[in-house]
Amino acid sequence: MHQIACHECDLIHEIPPMPSRAAAVCVRCGCVLFRAKNDSIDRTLAWTFAGLVLYSVAVSFPFLAMKNGPIGNETGLLTGIEFLYRQGMIPLAALVLLTCILIPLIQMLGLLYIFIPLKLNFRVKYAIPVFRLFKHIKPWSMMEIYMLGILVSIVKLGKMATIVPGLAVIAFGILIFVLNFALSAVDEHMVWEKLGGES
Amino acid sequence: MNITHSSARKLGLVSCQACHLLSRTPKTRSHEAAYCPRCGEELHPRKPNSLLRTWALVIAAMVFYVPANVLPMTITSALGSVSADTIMSGVIYFMQHGSWEIALVIFTASVFVPFLKFGILIYLLLSVQFKSIKRPKDRTRLYRFTEAIGRWSMLDIYVVTILVALVKLGFLADIEAGPAAIYFAAVVVTTMIAAESFDPRLIWDVVEDKS
Repeated sequence: MHQIACHECDLIHEIPPMPSRAAAVCVRCGCVLFRAKNDSIDRTLAWTFAGLVLYSVAVSFPFLAMKNGPIGNETGLLTGIEFLYRQGMIPLAALVLLTCILIPLIQMLGLLYIFIPLKLNFRVKYAIPVFRLFKHIKPWSMMEIYMLGILVSIVKLGKMATIVPGLAVIAFGILIFVLNFALSAVDEHMVWEKLGGES
Repeated sequence: MNITHSSARKLGLVSCQACHLLSRTPKTRSHEAAYCPRCGEELHPRKPNSLLRTWALVIAAMVFYVPANVLPMTITSALGSVSADTIMSGVIYFMQHGSWEIALVIFTASVFVPFLKFGILIYLLLSVQFKSIKRPKDRTRLYRFTEAIGRWSMLDIYVVTILVALVKLGFLADIEAGPAAIYFAAVVVTTMIAAESFDPRLIWDVVEDKS
C-alpha cells in the first residue's frame, strides 16, 4: 500500500499492490494515475531494438523521389532540413531536426541506457537524470505529424510529378508504431521504484 | 483503492512532477529550492507562477499567430514568375482543386487548432482567476485535450520542409520557405509551453477552498 497524489487534481489515493495490466484512475478527475505493465523490461527492450534498426534504415536510405519524365531527384530524410539551413532558416531547421530526428533517437538510446541495466541487474550512473530527461522530452517527439506532412505533400505535388516513396519512408512509417509500442511498454512506476530504491 | 478525500496540499505534502513521489513540503526559505529525494527534480507544490506564465505565453503566441497567417508560408518561383502563398491561400487552392480533405486537414491543423487552444487556455485561466467552481472535471478534461492537440500545428512546417526538399532547381520550379514558417514554429512552441505551464490542480484548489 502506498500513497500517490493525482497529478492533475492533487487528490491523494492509497494504492494497493496492483495486478498486472490494471490501471489506477483518479476518482475525482478521471486522470490515469498509472498503469501496471506486463513484462515491461523485456517488451520495452525488444521494441526499442526494433526501433533502432528501423531508424537506421530511415536515415540512410532514399526517402522520397520525384519523377517528372526523364528527370528525377531523390531526397533523404535530412534533405529538407539541409535546405532550410542553407536558406538561412536556422531555428526552423533546428526545430525540425529536433522534433523528428534527434528526439526519437534520444528517446530510444535513453530507454536502452535505463532498461539494459535493469534487465541485467546492475547500476549505471545518471540513470535517474536520463529517465527524467526522457519524461520531459516526450511531448516534443512528432514523427506521426511528419508522416501526415508527407501525405499532404504527395497530394500537393501529385499533379505536377510522380512521387515515389523510398524504403526510408516505409521504415519511418513502421518506426512510428514501434516507438509507440516501446513507449507504452514502459512501466514508469516500476522504473522509479527500482531506480530510487537502490540509492 | 481507498480514497482519503484530501488533497496533497491540505496534508502538507508535495507530489514530484517527474516521478510522482509524495514528500513533506520542505520548510525552506522562499527563494530556496527543494528537490525530490528520489529523482532530484525541483519540487513545487504548484507549478511556479503558473497563471502569469501561461498568460504571457498565450499572449505571445497570439502575437505570433498574426504574421504566421498573413505572411507567405511558401515562395514558389516557376519560369520566372514568383508567387507567395499564405496558409489560407493554400487551403483555398486545395478546395478549388477538389482535394477538400487536404484543405480541411491543413485548415484544422494550422488555423483552427491554435485558435481553439488560445480559446481554451484563456477560458481556463479566467475560470481559475475568477474562482469558478463550475464543472471542474470537464475543465480538467479540456486541459488534457489542449495538451494533446497542440503538437499537430507543426504539420505545415513539415509540409514546407518536404516540399523544399523535393522541388529543387532544375525542376523548372523552386520553392523556398516563407517568413510565416518561423512565426508558425513560434506559435507551436509557445502554445505547447503555455499548456505545460498551466497547472490543472489550480482548478481543484478553488473548488476545495470554497467547499
